[in-house]
Amino acid sequence: MAYSFRFGVIEANLDNFLQGLLLGLALAFAAILIGTLIGLLCAFATTAKSRAPSRLVGIYVSAIRNTPLLVIVLFVYFALPQLGIRLGKLESFIFSLAIYSGAYLTEVFRAGLAGVPKGVVDAGRAIGLNGLQRALYVIMPIMWRNCLPALGTTFISLFKDTSLAAVIAVPELTYQARKLNTETFRVAEAWATASLLYLSTCLLIAAGLRQLERRFPKF
Amino acid sequence: MTLLSIRGLTKRFGAAEVLKGVDLEVNKGEVVSIIGASGSGKTTLLRCVNLLEDFDGGEIVLDDVAIGYVKRNGTRRRLGERELARQRAMTGMVFQSFNLFPHLTALGNVMLGLLKVRHMAKAEAKTLAMNWLSRVGLSDRAMHLPSQLSGGQQQRVAIARALAMDPKLVLLDEITSALDPELVGEVLDTIKSLAKEGTTMLIVTHEMRFARDVAHRTIFMDGGLIAEQGPSAKLFRNPGNARLKEFLKRANI
Repeated sequence: MAYSFRFGVIEANLDNFLQGLLLGLALAFAAILIGTLIGLLCAFATTAKSRAPSRLVGIYVSAIRNTPLLVIVLFVYFALPQLGIRLGKLESFIFSLAIYSGAYLTEVFRAGLAGVPKGVVDAGRAIGLNGLQRALYVIMPIMWRNCLPALGTTFISLFKDTSLAAVIAVPELTYQARKLNTETFRVAEAWATASLLYLSTCLLIAAGLRQLERRFPKF
Repeated sequence: MTLLSIRGLTKRFGAAEVLKGVDLEVNKGEVVSIIGASGSGKTTLLRCVNLLEDFDGGEIVLDDVAIGYVKRNGTRRRLGERELARQRAMTGMVFQSFNLFPHLTALGNVMLGLLKVRHMAKAEAKTLAMNWLSRVGLSDRAMHLPSQLSGGQQQRVAIARALAMDPKLVLLDEITSALDPELVGEVLDTIKSLAKEGTTMLIVTHEMRFARDVAHRTIFMDGGLIAEQGPSAKLFRNPGNARLKEFLKRANI
């Protein structure tokens, strides 16, 4: 192997990498926040008596889940402006990841809701809680606990998906690695560093989520 | 004084007619038990009274208020969620499978309705809830989660949760059916003491001896109708209806 590692280049550009990592985390956080709202709304909509909301949610979920995220990102950034909707790079990516995560989170929350015992909801009804109160004080706390493990996996995979923002030149971690790659030709160092940063961040998030699961034991 | 008056109650699930015109009156302070085979409509009747099920015909009048529906220009319409919730709070219900809120402690289970439905201050709600937990003999278990309690203890928390709301009428739906035999006694003792204090109760039960000993009156349901009713002592000693005779023989009382 003729390649000799020189990590000095990484040291000199460490700030860029860390800023890229932070930007990725921020993008994931914003997208997950919106996606969680979408997911909650859609999941609760499917519990409605009428079938129409369920159908609409079904169409949204299967449309999004059967389209590659990269295509969604490119569509929102390049195609939407042609249709008159112009978003900045960051907003565009957050929007893409939000509707994408919304679809996956809808399914996560739906599974969590399915695990809420019907009798317990009846008990909430019986003491006179109205629909909103039942959702807030009975259904959601049980639902959260039910979907905590799946939620963790989804969050981590959504964070990793922020690497796709590089294709529309959002300066997150993958973009920084590619930039260093082309500017210095320290190919292995650049991608090894990016990989390590992704890996360690994901492991940290996973450890945090495990703590959370331990703090809130299964009922 | 009549507290609950059910007139001509009908209910169907799809093609199956579960209640075929039930008439029943319960006086204030009275304990009425409902017995009958599975599928005779006992539980559905209770769930209609607590507005957990809608019903197709007839009316339920609780404390002089027709509940669940409004009639306007001859059409009958189910009340909105808010109004239903308000009316449900007038009755308390205890379920076969306890149905405690699994994420809340025993105390939290009793307090939730006090805080959110009766809008009590936290301190006041806590005092009242602790009071009820001690009445069912569980003050030392207040901070336990349901999963840390035995079945009998869970059911007593459920009783405290229902009673703390100060309901006009308490509905008990086969509350000992899911319990181990050795835990049945503690729950029935709790109900007996409530009966002595004059709590109005409508009890669906498979415990024939309990029905006989605690209920002032017993109703026998068969095929969605009340087939026989009378003072408990008389009904068990001297059943008239042939199906009731058969039922009691099999229940081996």
